[in-house]
Amino acid sequence: MRGNMGGKIFAVLVIVIALASAVPIVTHTWFGSNISLAPPEDISTHGSEIDKQLDETMLEAGLSFLAAQLVLGVFVWQFGGRKDGVLKNFPGGAKYLVVAALLLVGAEAVALGALGTKAWGSVYFQPASADALQVQAQAGQFAFYFRYAGPDGKFGGIHPEKIDEGNSNFFGLDPENDIPARDDITSGELVIPVNKEIHLMMHAKDVGHSFYVRELRIQQDFVPGLDLSVHFTATKVGKYEIVCTQLCGLGHYNMKAYLNVMSQDDFDKWLKAQSQ
Amino acid sequence: MSEASAHAAHHTAPTGFIRKYVFSLDHKIIGLQYYALGLVAVVTGMVLSWIMRIHLVWPNSPIPLVQWLSKVGAPGGVVTPEYYLSLMTMHGTLMVFFVLTNAPFAAFGNYFLPIQIGAEDMAFPRFNMMSFWTTFVAFCILISAFFVGDGPPLAGWTAYAPLSAVGKDSGPGEGLGQTLWGLSIFVFCIASLLGSLNFIATTLDLRTKGMTLARMPICTWAWFITSCISLLAFAVLLPACLLLVLDRVGGTSFFIPSGLNVSDHLQPHQGGSPLLWQHLFWFFGHPEVYIAIVPAMGIVSHILINNMRKPLLSHKVIVYCMMAIGFLSYMVWGHHMFLSGMNPFSALVFSFPTLMITIPATIMTLIWLGSLYGSNLRINAASLFCLGFISMFVAGGVSGFFLAQPTIDIYLHATYFVVGHFHMVMGVAAIFGVFAGTYFWFPKMTGRMMNETLGRWHFWLSFIGTYAIFMPFHYLGLAGNVRRYSAFTDDFLVPLVPVHKFITYAALFTGAAQLIFLFNLIYSRFKGPAATANPWECTSLEWSTPSSPPPFDNFGGVHPVVYHDPYQYGVKSSTGDYLMQTSPERAGETP
Repeated sequence: MRGNMGGKIFAVLVIVIALASAVPIVTHTWFGSNISLAPPEDISTHGSEIDKQLDETMLEAGLSFLAAQLVLGVFVWQFGGRKDGVLKNFPGGAKYLVVAALLLVGAEAVALGALGTKAWGSVYFQPASADALQVQAQAGQFAFYFRYAGPDGKFGGIHPEKIDEGNSNFFGLDPENDIPARDDITSGELVIPVNKEIHLMMHAKDVGHSFYVRELRIQQDFVPGLDLSVHFTATKVGKYEIVCTQLCGLGHYNMKAYLNVMSQDDFDKWLKAQSQ
Repeated sequence: MSEASAHAAHHTAPTGFIRKYVFSLDHKIIGLQYYALGLVAVVTGMVLSWIMRIHLVWPNSPIPLVQWLSKVGAPGGVVTPEYYLSLMTMHGTLMVFFVLTNAPFAAFGNYFLPIQIGAEDMAFPRFNMMSFWTTFVAFCILISAFFVGDGPPLAGWTAYAPLSAVGKDSGPGEGLGQTLWGLSIFVFCIASLLGSLNFIATTLDLRTKGMTLARMPICTWAWFITSCISLLAFAVLLPACLLLVLDRVGGTSFFIPSGLNVSDHLQPHQGGSPLLWQHLFWFFGHPEVYIAIVPAMGIVSHILINNMRKPLLSHKVIVYCMMAIGFLSYMVWGHHMFLSGMNPFSALVFSFPTLMITIPATIMTLIWLGSLYGSNLRINAASLFCLGFISMFVAGGVSGFFLAQPTIDIYLHATYFVVGHFHMVMGVAAIFGVFAGTYFWFPKMTGRMMNETLGRWHFWLSFIGTYAIFMPFHYLGLAGNVRRYSAFTDDFLVPLVPVHKFITYAALFTGAAQLIFLFNLIYSRFKGPAATANPWECTSLEWSTPSSPPPFDNFGGVHPVVYHDPYQYGVKSSTGDYLMQTSPERAGETP
């Protein structure tokens, strides 16, 4: 009798937990509060593909999760604590279950794997277009800096030994000997025009870091010694947080900057003001 | 009969305390030593997680007794950001290496693999003793990092270079502490290699008469498959750690490129690659997940069958699935590195086998679920933890479906979604397997029964508690909550702190519930009622030893002969509804 109760308790518990787990996923908030648990509004041209993929996977994974927990609960309710009952085998036995798993999960995996690569491809397989605005991002313990080429359209070279934060030479530029470096514009904030493709060239000063803007649906590591880049187009004016997502040392939690998306006019004015 | 008898005379039962309990050659004592070490490590790791959870939600409040751990890292009991990362690194390293590798695999495997195949000991008892004591040395080296100058390393259990490689310049803990970490894992790899070889040789060479490979219990298969995975995985981490230590102390540049300016010091290195470390680490790191979970799958299958009083729908399919998982585990390491800057085409190549791993995992789940149908399921602490394992394995498994896709990884990478995923699937699920194994095999290991009521309470509280901790991690991840932060100061993270508070309460509650288990373990060891020879009416060889715990040579000088497949349940026999593997009797019709 006691054993039987245990099975019933488990059955109820596992189903209640499964249903409760789904509540914040469905409501996008934390149990009746106003704490939002959904990804923030997407402000990129490629992000909707990521969101679509996330939603589809959530539906498939969520239903699989609920179904499995429900079946577990029902079977334990039914057979838990049963004594000397006639043993039965699941209709069809192992064969049908194996075939079902192969077909269902296999098809799901192939579908998600093959069709879900569109957003990945748009970020990583297509190069940035030729007229994209080039910005260089540098990550170092524990700050981001951004650099624009200035009127000449050329970036000066980086000389790690010349980095001097006291004199705001964050990138290690050598304007004395390096002409393109003289008009380079350095900023602690990533200021970009709206609806214009940005080609972000990434440079790590010391250790590994990562560039993550939730709203942009962009995340990319800075890897020391590697010239990496990403490209994206922001579609909405506003200020968004850029945070570091690769463990980089004691100040990791505090390593952040802002992404400031402006109208083209405002951006032009800002750039002009910086170069004076 | 085989090699078993040839090995029998190799050693006789020791009489002195030291040779009997400390430097013992007996696989059963060594198994218990691994278990004890795992227990010390898990308690340490859990206390560290408590400190981390409290610090995360009350970053400026002093935590009692923590100043005692480090005056510099936690002045007045207030944990500094860098010390938070040190605690996190030690938590991860202790849990992954010294708990999840040791407990389900080395501890139970050592104790029961030889008995389940009818052997008197492991193939190489001295190697076996060395494996444990080498692991112990690795543990001491790791723990010593708490007591050096600027404390334990802060680079995480993944120790990404160059943060972990350039030395003191990259931060506190990156001095001697990180070097000790590298040495500790290096030594741990040696121990694991010795242990794996021993498991493989024992399984292949020491099976008793009639014990064909097909007649091995599923958990024996699981330990065997795990030792094959472990042999290949640690063989790669071993040189990787050596190279890391050389970069730190030998002036080499395997993982450090040129031109790094760390803390205003231009580093003298050139020519190395940070991605090389990531490839080597994850080539080990992903199979490591299966080193933790496959033994738990085996243990759970074994115990579930016993409690269902009928075999699984298919024994073979479960074994083939574990093999498939082991095989695929070597092709997927790159899914940890989608955003690392490696060629973006390779992300697709790594994504595909990662999604494919879902197939054997789903087949296993369906077989477990389908087998429950029509069974006479006994409900006890051991079987409840098995059912809990299935629930957790599904919960942690489905979130893997998200992270396997590079497209979604762009958003979810390095968020709490990942933390929730791996804690559920490799942490909690594997630990549930260990709990199930403990409740099930305790009578055999000690000759006494554990308290069933306490065992059930331990399960109810742990089951609710672990869901309460780790499910919300997924929600936080969906909101973009970044992991490995010692405080949530960003504009978008501040509103999420109440969820973190809930998790902290849940973690304290669930941790406290483990005291029930510890009490039960110690109390039952001394005061538990005496166990009968085969309290669970189980069929496998560990229940046919002449005593509990088994004598030094396991079967009292007799070589058992095996007549049956491992799971003759639901049959008519003179013993009831089951037939021991060693019983020459033929099963009657299903009653």
